[in-house]
Amino acid sequence: MKSTLRNIFHSPRFMVGFIIFMVMVLTVLIYPYFITRDPLVSLGKGFLEPGTYFSIYDANNASTYRMELPEATMNRLETSLPLADRQLILDFLKAKGADLSDLDTSNDKVGELIEAWTANYDEADVKASKYEGFTTQAKRRALARLNTKLSSSASSDVMTITRGDGEEATTSSISDTDYARVDQVANAITLPLGTDNFGRDTLTELVKATGVSLIIGLIAGSIATLLGLLVGLLAGYIGGIVDDILMFIANIFTVIPGFVLLILIYYSVGQESRGVVTCAVVIGLTSWVWTARSVRSQVISLRNRDHVNLSKLSGHSLFRIVTTDILPYIASYVVMAFILQVSSGILAEAQLSLLGLGPKTTDVPTLGLMMNWAKLFGAYTSSNAWWAYFPVILVIALTSFSLNLMNTGLDQVFNPTLRD
Amino acid sequence: MTKGMRKYFKKKIFWFIITFIAALILNFLLPRLMPGDPVNAIVGKSISPGATQEQVQEQIAFYKHQFGLDKNLVGQFFDFVKNAFNGTFGVSYSQYPRLVSDIIGSGIWWTIALQLPAILVGWILGNLLGAVAAYKRGIWDKVLMPVSLFFSAIPAFGAAVILLVVFAVNLGWAPVNGAYDPGMIPNFSWSFIASVIAHYQLPFWSIVLISIGGQAVGMRSMSIYELNADYVKYSRFLGIKDTKIVRYVFRNAMLPQVTGLAMSIGSMVGGALVAETIFSYPGLGMTMYSAITQSDYPVISATTLIITIMVLLASFALDIIYAFIDPRVKAAQFD
Repeated sequence: MKSTLRNIFHSPRFMVGFIIFMVMVLTVLIYPYFITRDPLVSLGKGFLEPGTYFSIYDANNASTYRMELPEATMNRLETSLPLADRQLILDFLKAKGADLSDLDTSNDKVGELIEAWTANYDEADVKASKYEGFTTQAKRRALARLNTKLSSSASSDVMTITRGDGEEATTSSISDTDYARVDQVANAITLPLGTDNFGRDTLTELVKATGVSLIIGLIAGSIATLLGLLVGLLAGYIGGIVDDILMFIANIFTVIPGFVLLILIYYSVGQESRGVVTCAVVIGLTSWVWTARSVRSQVISLRNRDHVNLSKLSGHSLFRIVTTDILPYIASYVVMAFILQVSSGILAEAQLSLLGLGPKTTDVPTLGLMMNWAKLFGAYTSSNAWWAYFPVILVIALTSFSLNLMNTGLDQVFNPTLRD
Repeated sequence: MTKGMRKYFKKKIFWFIITFIAALILNFLLPRLMPGDPVNAIVGKSISPGATQEQVQEQIAFYKHQFGLDKNLVGQFFDFVKNAFNGTFGVSYSQYPRLVSDIIGSGIWWTIALQLPAILVGWILGNLLGAVAAYKRGIWDKVLMPVSLFFSAIPAFGAAVILLVVFAVNLGWAPVNGAYDPGMIPNFSWSFIASVIAHYQLPFWSIVLISIGGQAVGMRSMSIYELNADYVKYSRFLGIKDTKIVRYVFRNAMLPQVTGLAMSIGSMVGGALVAETIFSYPGLGMTMYSAITQSDYPVISATTLIITIMVLLASFALDIIYAFIDPRVKAAQFD
């Protein structure tokens, strides 16, 4: 036993899977101590992109610091230079005959636009230029104004803010060199994965959902493995008519594929009583067949071994023979089957929820429900909100990946022919 | 045919029939346990707003009679069996008065045309990769196996969604949903066929990608198991050429993979559910999905019955094929 455990923890595959899995479990356990808000509380409206959000209102009240960042003007121009000005620059450059091949009015081209402008702008030239119609004078002035705007590094532009309750008003001014520290803004929140369609913090929701889905997987996997083990042991060891009847039931479960059965049973349970536990139990009750078959075939090959016959001759009870003479031989297989059942239980929940047959939606999130919401509210297509579904897919994939890795690692330990 | 063989087949056929009958009953019963009264829904849609209570009752009675719902459950079951054997499967509730066979007929070809090639391509590619990884080992194995393991861990709907978002929504290389341009009427023109092919790509590759990973992992471990078997070592001692041994090894390793292939072909309608709902592909999976949401019992029963029959046939065919091609099964069963 001890040496088997040592072998298991020396298998690189098992360890990689184990570490990934444990990191996820620990995150699920520890995260709520840092972010204590309800994972289903709505923070905003609709999909918000990942990033740090702070209240503009509160930012005005925070203490200000004077800073002169060298790239400040350029950054400001990149996000706030009006589209009309960009077009004006483009037209000007075109008239000059400059190379326009990789210039346009998008944000990240503003730097190049301004560079080309300063290279081509010549005051005397503009004063001498002629335009069609009577607009020459106006055009010249517009170009000159634009040049001042672009060339002065720190504009004297001052923003004035008026606050008041309707009777009395005070004004304060903000210059473009005033800065506030995000930590000192009364209301600021960092959303590493933005928000979902309900305006919920996706990361917090995802962590909670991962926990719930793991519980579903564990319950479903335990039920499926125990049931499969029981049926397999009985069918394999007792044989005869018991075997025939149990295998007949197993056959029916194979012939009507588990997933279809799951949908039908699940639908007849009804939306109201569909809790997380019901969901897990139904999944467990429909996925025991493969475990039962494998256990049965292994028990059949074991039941005529000498030590089992000896036990029978000694008059040991059925229970004792099964637990001491048969179970230890199939224990490793059962552990591996359990791991796979957990993984497929998580997947089954996700697929059910994706079809709109998931647990009742108001209590807790699950990975499948998050996928379903993303689908229903157009995160794939119209909103293009990758943060609402991609992390969910990644978590599901990582969970089954880590469980599968642990499984192949165990396989190599228990099955020497598979070792490298 | 030997006596043992006859006995074996008799036993198989007996269980085949018993399973079929049990499945038939379950297929009938389970959808009818679902909540919601389909007749009320139809009457609610078809009746004029000013109708009196009596007219409503009359309508409900009419539809109940039409669907045979005024009989008891046993009577309904015999109707169901009769309709199943004459191939119509009765009248659909949600698309009254369309026949269920008509609804299924329009969906099943899309499903078969999508799934069968995808399953075959994924199976062949996956097995090749797995066999190469097992035979070459080294870098092939070290890189390929974790990658396949990761790919097989991506859920089917996840792969479908990622393909959809990357290739259809962002790159615009393929259409977002459906099986052909909604403005077209199915016919045999080039433009229609081109539209079908364009719509076919994403669902097809999403199925192939997923199955490659799983098949490769399975084939690899089977091949390694066989490569270490005693008969291989013995053949090497005898000096038989490696190429010849490898042929035997992979033929043996293929056996469980053939099971997998037959079962996935048998269960392809159920397997199509996810890919079809994500791409809104008008196959049998979509038909079943919308039937479930509309409590359309005849359609649900018919689709699950088709799934059942296909899986049953696949596993029956496997039993027969195995009895002939695998000497181990032959020895175990026939004596």
